[in-house]
Amino acid sequence: MSGQTLYDKLWHSHLVEERDDDCGLIYIDRQLIHEVTSPQAFEGLRIAGRQPWRVDANFAVPDHNVPTELHERSGGVAGIIDPISRLQVQTLDDNCRDFDILEFQVNDVRQGIVHVVGPEQGVTLPGMTIVCGDSHTSTHGALGALAQGIGTSEVEHVMATQCLLQQRMKNMLVRVDGALQAGVTAKDVVLAIIGEIGTAGGTHHAIEFGGEVVRALSMEGRMTICNMAIEAGARVGLIGVDEITIEYVKGRPYAPTDEQWDRAVAAWRELHSDDDAHFDRVVELRGEDIVPQVTWGTSPEMVLPVSGIIPDPATMEHAGERDATKRALQYMGLEPGMAITDIQLDTVFIGSCTNSRIEDLRAAAAVVEGKQVASTVKRALVVPGSGQIKQQAEAEGLDKIFIAAGMEWREPGCSMCLAMNSDKLGAGEHCASTSNRNFEGRQGFGGRTHLVSPAMAAAAAVAGHFVDVRNW
Amino acid sequence: MKSFTVLQGIVAPMDRANVDTDLIIPKQFLKSIKRSGFGPYLFDEVRYLDQGEPGQDCTNRPINVDFALNQARYKSAAVLLARENFGCGSSREHAPWALEDFGFHCIIAPSFADIFFNNCFKNGILPIELDANVVDGLFEEMYANEGYSMTVDLATQTIKTSLGETIRFEVDEFRKHCLFNGLDDIALTLDSADAIRAYERGWREKSPWLFDVIK
Ligand code: SF4
Repeated sequence: MSGQTLYDKLWHSHLVEERDDDCGLIYIDRQLIHEVTSPQAFEGLRIAGRQPWRVDANFAVPDHNVPTELHERSGGVAGIIDPISRLQVQTLDDNCRDFDILEFQVNDVRQGIVHVVGPEQGVTLPGMTIVCGDSHTSTHGALGALAQGIGTSEVEHVMATQCLLQQRMKNMLVRVDGALQAGVTAKDVVLAIIGEIGTAGGTHHAIEFGGEVVRALSMEGRMTICNMAIEAGARVGLIGVDEITIEYVKGRPYAPTDEQWDRAVAAWRELHSDDDAHFDRVVELRGEDIVPQVTWGTSPEMVLPVSGIIPDPATMEHAGERDATKRALQYMGLEPGMAITDIQLDTVFIGSCTNSRIEDLRAAAAVVEGKQVASTVKRALVVPGSGQIKQQAEAEGLDKIFIAAGMEWREPGCSMCLAMNSDKLGAGEHCASTSNRNFEGRQGFGGRTHLVSPAMAAAAAVAGHFVDVRNW
Repeated sequence: MKSFTVLQGIVAPMDRANVDTDLIIPKQFLKSIKRSGFGPYLFDEVRYLDQGEPGQDCTNRPINVDFALNQARYKSAAVLLARENFGCGSSREHAPWALEDFGFHCIIAPSFADIFFNNCFKNGILPIELDANVVDGLFEEMYANEGYSMTVDLATQTIKTSLGETIRFEVDEFRKHCLFNGLDDIALTLDSADAIRAYERGWREKSPWLFDVIK
């Protein structure tokens, strides 16, 4: 019998009841909650007169709607100008108070994007099952946790039962061996993977990322990769636990200590796929072959190397692909044959749960230090992923570098990743964004998103168009 | 949970691949703390020419006449015919809420994104996966025949088109059972409360650090 994959180990250790056809009731160790997908779940509990199964397994933080400008932010919830956003954040506060759930409120220094805050606080631990009403919950898989996004009905279900009813996933391994070139980052790796397997390539699968390149990445880089597993169609991204994981978790506020720590570490060391584990699908990439990536279309799989040329739908054989390309080019206002480096930018956004961690901010600051944002770029926002990252960046003087370069240094939140607060793209504007989705309208009605790494976004801010950061 | 037994209705197209949940219901509508009222904003960005706002009355908004759901023949549709990877992207359950509120109770596509697929069952919507070439055929028939409709029968797992064709579809037994009977998932899981408690005791012994109170 062959060994087990990491996914299989996590599945089996959490299986409460097996049903037919690889379907099972699995126990959930942690539920992360934000303001957008939880109100209807709390309401459902109330209507049915139910209580949370285990209050202390839940943790909440508002992030999607919160303002990132200090003048609006400093008034707390009451200061949020948009009344509908204000009500949503207020509703989260009220629900957490009523159900006695731990919440970091808007102006708590520990507040931030839920997928940044969880690992940062040790609320996310290796070996856990984690759910959140948010598809980028895949991020937490970087710590060797089985983490996935769920819908609001399931949020309510997990609150009430501490369990999730689920179909067992298939196993996919994406292995990236070799080494990355200087200037190429985790973001480029994951975009290249999505370009290779497509946005539905991981559907019904848990994707484990492995190989020398992944092993060499910091936890920040690993989180960037798992964050975008969902953009390849996989609800779950995973990376096996190693010394880098354990070092990262050590000393976090909610991480175990003393004797508990030793026991936990011993258990965590088992959290990797066995050498002879069977994967249903294996995809291999070479690190050396990956260059900085830029998306040109309206789906993350519409991605090219920075040296690339916008594709011509006329040359495509498959009608569906031809139509999709045509529609994307029309929406994006781009012509076939145009060079990626000729795309002129109006806005630059450095932030989101993909790329707003300290390492991302350092990489961006290193590129813009001593330089100026191009006069043609109307706005360049830098939005740290949490209050703690903001503090750390300020302690390192990164904020001054950004401000001196003509960028805006903001308060933590989701911000222009999805534009539920007032940080929005205008119609027709091109944005170099470190976020994870380039869907139509994602960053604002009619806005045009190009996904890139923090270093590429910073270089684009200075040049006014995309440039190859390897030549910076 | 709402039940689904037999559905008879007009078929409408969403003829593009990779329709994401941002397209199904844009983010500004996610600010609502309710479950209902999303139907008028379904596919908002392609359905109207202006930018919609939550709570807005849509009756006088400029519409995109090229968009199928704005055409008279599809106005009362109950079945949505779609392309591959329908419902990808964000986990927002507002997407099935909006589809259901508009009047769609069945979606047919060659493939669906996982989270969306799951969310449909929780809201009385039956998502049906059929071979891509079968879906191609349905699109052709639908475009060629105004008033094209279907009867979808969950018990027999069959679709009968208004042209007389019968197509069988697959559905997971357990999901079928819950959807057909409109069962409350939570009540069902709570029937296993003893098993959950027993598991929890064992797991706490093995991994006590996971039960440290976070306060
Ligand atoms: S940063 Fe963007 S992708 Fe991440 S949780 Fe917020 S809105 Fe979602």
